[in-house]
Amino acid sequence: MSQTIETDLLIIGAGPVGLFTVFEAGLIKLRCHLIDYLPQPGGQCTEIYPKKPIYDIPGFPSVLAGDLIHNLMEQIAPFKPGFTLGERAEEMRQTEDGKFEIITTSGTIHRASCVAIAAGLGVFEPRKPPIENLADFENKGVDYIIKEPEKFRNQRVVVAGGGDSALDWSIILADIAAEVVLVHRRSSFRGALDSAEKVTELAHAGKIKLVTEAEVTGLNGNGNLEEVVITFNNGETTTHSTDYYLPLFGLSPKLGPIANWGLNLDKNGIAVDTFDYSTNVPGIYAIGDINEYPGKLKLILCGFHEGTLMVQSVFKRIYPDAKLQFKYTTVNGVNGF
Amino acid sequence: MENTIQLTVIDRDGISHELVAPTDMNLNLMEVCKGSDLPVEGTCGGMALCASCHVYVLSDHELPEQSDDELDMLDQAFFVKDNSRLGCQLRMTEAFNGLKVQLAKV
Repeated sequence: MSQTIETDLLIIGAGPVGLFTVFEAGLIKLRCHLIDYLPQPGGQCTEIYPKKPIYDIPGFPSVLAGDLIHNLMEQIAPFKPGFTLGERAEEMRQTEDGKFEIITTSGTIHRASCVAIAAGLGVFEPRKPPIENLADFENKGVDYIIKEPEKFRNQRVVVAGGGDSALDWSIILADIAAEVVLVHRRSSFRGALDSAEKVTELAHAGKIKLVTEAEVTGLNGNGNLEEVVITFNNGETTTHSTDYYLPLFGLSPKLGPIANWGLNLDKNGIAVDTFDYSTNVPGIYAIGDINEYPGKLKLILCGFHEGTLMVQSVFKRIYPDAKLQFKYTTVNGVNGF
Repeated sequence: MENTIQLTVIDRDGISHELVAPTDMNLNLMEVCKGSDLPVEGTCGGMALCASCHVYVLSDHELPEQSDDELDMLDQAFFVKDNSRLGCQLRMTEAFNGLKVQLAKV
């Protein structure tokens, strides 16, 4: 087990808002550490639309989402933030001295005086197809994420989906698995052109069995998965014996474990007081797209503002007797740690 | 009314809602549904990235061609039919007066 990570302000979510908060916290000498389930900082900006231009960041007539993150990382570098990436914040507990401990899926313990939830749309989780008994076979033949392709060596695999990840994994597994069946609702594939061509090639060579205009609609097995039910668009059904069913339909955002931390929720967001973006649990704040309040706008620039006001409150909570002086960066520059 | 159109949206419980949408505010169908408190999340904000605004178009209006982004997303969504569209990709214009849609299951 790794040692406990200690910080002043623990930020859950390393998207643009979480990142900029490190800067504003650093200006008033608060240290930050960020947790993100994605393997790199930037949140949606780097994961989903790095090449899309954003037009409403003040001072930038247009900036690519990926470049914005790159710039933010440079801007906060003087404050040496810590990162726990590829791990999901799972459990929150309050310690006797009024601090918070956040434990991730990998068991990493973070201890902080205050917590800022800047988790955007939430955690990106695999989109699960609407098959009634799907959950019964999770880890018993149904996998949504492929971590170790070797697991499938000499096994029979049914992949479902028509996007890049379904195509790419079918190609990789074609060399490893005993059999790869790719089931797709339409007759053509919309993934990257070279992947689609490669799949067609492998299908001709007999290394991938293509089943198109069809969907996997049922699973059968006694404990472990034994066969999938395939329904064609014309209504006909058939079954196919398999060891694994891998539905690869991309990711969709969910609030995730944060929903169980005792925070007041409002619609799909965390309810906050707009005075300092505090939640109903003193010491836990929510900023950016994840929070909800009257007049809320889900804009990056609003998240920057929220984080900036929030760190003032965080400071007062950590140093109740200290007098906080607001200073302009233009006067003093940026003095890092 | 000037610069408005009438829409019919059938929700997931089969209840029909008559909506009036402005055509001069650059709104899309997802935003109109959200604004009327229909259960459309529009999680991704209208970038064709989440399919939470997936609808079936029931009237025979001529629709704008689907972008690659919309086709890619519908490829990964569930309960997709021939008349499936993403509400966020349908910009409310005069041509949509009388449009009738049904919210798809999520």
